[in-house]
Amino acid sequence: MKRLFKTAILAAATLAVAATGSFAADYPDRPIGVAVSYGAGGATDFQARIVTMVAGNADILGQPIYILNKPGAGGRKGWNWFATEAPADGYTMSAYNIPHFIAQSIKGGVKYSADSFEPIANWGSDPAVVVVGKDSKFNSMQDLIDYAKANPGKTTTSGAGLFVGHHIAALQIEKACACKLAYIPTKGGGAAAMKAVIGGEVLAGINNLSDAFRAREAGNVKILGVADLERNDFISDVPTLKEAGLDVDNSSVNFRGLMVPKGTPQAVIDKLAKQVPLMFAHERVAKRMKAGGSPMKIMNREEVQKMWADREVVLKDLLKGL
Amino acid sequence: MEFLGYFGGVFEPWAFMLLLGGTVGGLILGATPGLSPTMAVALLIPFTFHMSATHGLVLLGAAYTSTVAGGAVSAILLKIPGAPANIATALDGNEMAKRGEGAKALHLSFLSSGVGGVIGILLLIFLTPVLAQWVLKIQTPHVFWIAILGVTVIGSLDSKSFVKGLLSGCIGLWLSTIGYDEIQGTERFIFADALSGGIGIIPALIGLFAIPQVLDMMAKGRVDSLIEALEVPKQKLSASIRELTKYVRALSIGTVVGSIIGLIPGVGGQIAGLVAYDQSRKMSPQREKFGTGHPEGLVAAESANNAMVGPSLVPLLTLSIPGSPTAAVLLGGLLIKEIFPGSDIFEKHPEVVWTFINSMLVGQILMVFFGIMIASWAAKIARAPAPIMAAGVLVLAVFGSYSVGQSVGDVHIMLALGVGMFILEKFGFSAAPLVLGLILGPIAGDNFTQGMTLAAAQDGPWVYFFTGTLNIILISLVVASIAYSFWNNMLAPGKKPAAGPATEDAK
Repeated sequence: MKRLFKTAILAAATLAVAATGSFAADYPDRPIGVAVSYGAGGATDFQARIVTMVAGNADILGQPIYILNKPGAGGRKGWNWFATEAPADGYTMSAYNIPHFIAQSIKGGVKYSADSFEPIANWGSDPAVVVVGKDSKFNSMQDLIDYAKANPGKTTTSGAGLFVGHHIAALQIEKACACKLAYIPTKGGGAAAMKAVIGGEVLAGINNLSDAFRAREAGNVKILGVADLERNDFISDVPTLKEAGLDVDNSSVNFRGLMVPKGTPQAVIDKLAKQVPLMFAHERVAKRMKAGGSPMKIMNREEVQKMWADREVVLKDLLKGL
Repeated sequence: MEFLGYFGGVFEPWAFMLLLGGTVGGLILGATPGLSPTMAVALLIPFTFHMSATHGLVLLGAAYTSTVAGGAVSAILLKIPGAPANIATALDGNEMAKRGEGAKALHLSFLSSGVGGVIGILLLIFLTPVLAQWVLKIQTPHVFWIAILGVTVIGSLDSKSFVKGLLSGCIGLWLSTIGYDEIQGTERFIFADALSGGIGIIPALIGLFAIPQVLDMMAKGRVDSLIEALEVPKQKLSASIRELTKYVRALSIGTVVGSIIGLIPGVGGQIAGLVAYDQSRKMSPQREKFGTGHPEGLVAAESANNAMVGPSLVPLLTLSIPGSPTAAVLLGGLLIKEIFPGSDIFEKHPEVVWTFINSMLVGQILMVFFGIMIASWAAKIARAPAPIMAAGVLVLAVFGSYSVGQSVGDVHIMLALGVGMFILEKFGFSAAPLVLGLILGPIAGDNFTQGMTLAAAQDGPWVYFFTGTLNIILISLVVASIAYSFWNNMLAPGKKPAAGPATEDAK
């Protein structure tokens, strides 16, 4: 009897091992969900739907990806859910927004940090740009900075919220010029911040390059500078802030990509890390993203891990004492 | 008149089929609790990947128009407002359905939606450049005062007692503060993870309106004699149209209010119906009948929420700023076709844009047609025996609140609010002012904090909030609205709107 029991346990254990093995080999055998911490129609949601559209191709994942919207509290609700409740089996991924979630975790009051998640790959980078209304008296970053120096705390500058890329860019500009802006976080995201600029409610604004590009095409704004290391192809005539004499790097660039919860089987992570960049690089994806004015930047798992770690250091320093 | 040249594109076979499909599908999606217009349009975006720009937009436009109107079906028949736009519809519409006048209520609702909708689209066609300038003039302090104006109507909305109305409104305002503060990231009243994102408006709507009546039906079901057997009389369309002509005032108020409020980014759709309902009640000689199944309120609310559709696209098309979540999804649909909205969109892509707008015009008419076709059989739902009805509504309530964010937490919020509201209703409180508080709280609060930051960098709060023509106009309206309520409720005692016909009171 005792022996029979032992054999049974052994058999069960063997089965379990076999199951885990085959689990990774078969993965994925059903559709995969991607949680987006913002509402339907926002830039992250819009781009996530595009970059995942070829997941079902046999040479990518062989299973379609569907989007789960978990909006609320500037992304905190969705990422709290993802860090604490999402199953770590590879069938639930989430879109990440850098610097948002790292900045939020530094500020505190949330249930996640960069250690709660495993990055898979990065698909896009949307730098922050400085915009002013089309009839503004400011024609260069220099004009804006001169004004800010002459009128400390009076240069109203709209952005999509606190602890998002726009806010980080504003903090970096203030630090670089040793002057004081009046950063106005608007409720309603980048769109509301852009309306404030176009309607003349604020003197300047910090916004996404993709949205600012469209607003400039429509003849509503001037773009004064890009908070990135290099000029951007969409607006190659606009200087970087560094060229304009401000010591601002790419820490405010809004990176978007996919991640899984910590504890996901390594075999699954490896498979995703190999296949997901192929999915992002698919020509149909690239075509759609370009059409929508969404700049792409594909980075593999190792590159993203490094980028996360770098960001954390810079942000901790920048947000100190806030 | 340029747009007339582009009607051909609408009636091209493939486009017209999409228009038909979008309209019928939209009506059904809209009638399903929890599937808001925003979600319906977002679900359709991937299908437009494979279509031409024009076809994709025709489909999305048709779905937008008809989901807004379709929300009236569940609001009227089940008292589950599918979206904030339909709250005011549920107030009188459901009372009518309970009397067996569901078909009439649906007819009136679709007809007035159609009238409001067509006028709204015509505004979009003819006045877009002017309206775009107005949109830019509405700034932070103005939106704050508009929200305060909304707060002043809370006390008088659907309540037998002014004080209880105000109290429910306060509960709603308090509920709206739950969750992370979106700008500062501060935690407020979060005791459970499910509350971290605040109380979602759709689970709240479903819980507050649907659950108390489910509990009521269950309570009545225990006593056999109380189960009502309803006869649903046939409703002739011609009779409905004749009836609608009696409510020209409500129809005009609804259309005007809906068009103006629809322009304001971020506010529009949520409160257009309620404000129109309240205004038309104040101006009606039969004021006391509102809330008891009076068609006038229904007509005002439905014409307003569809009139809003056209003007709400003005900021999107001309300024590339989406004024509502649904418009944000539509923006995605445009971008993916390499169409960048802006003041020159009508010159750059006349074919696509005019066909899109024209298709919405035709869509409004198709929406009325199909809506009325489904009205007569949909109204038979009212004949379902109470036990089946209660179970059915409960299932839809759980399904609807879960589907918003695939979250069981939302279902718990929905049930908790529902049971709370059931108890409050026993003490004479009602759900509508509470919901209005829940909607207006964040709008007033966020624009106040944002305005204060802006004011601090300029000439201070006094100048910022109290000077300027638009501010002064809005403040006068707020004062007038408070004075009106005060006069009506405090200085004219002995008026009991609920008791008897009391027509002699209405002056």
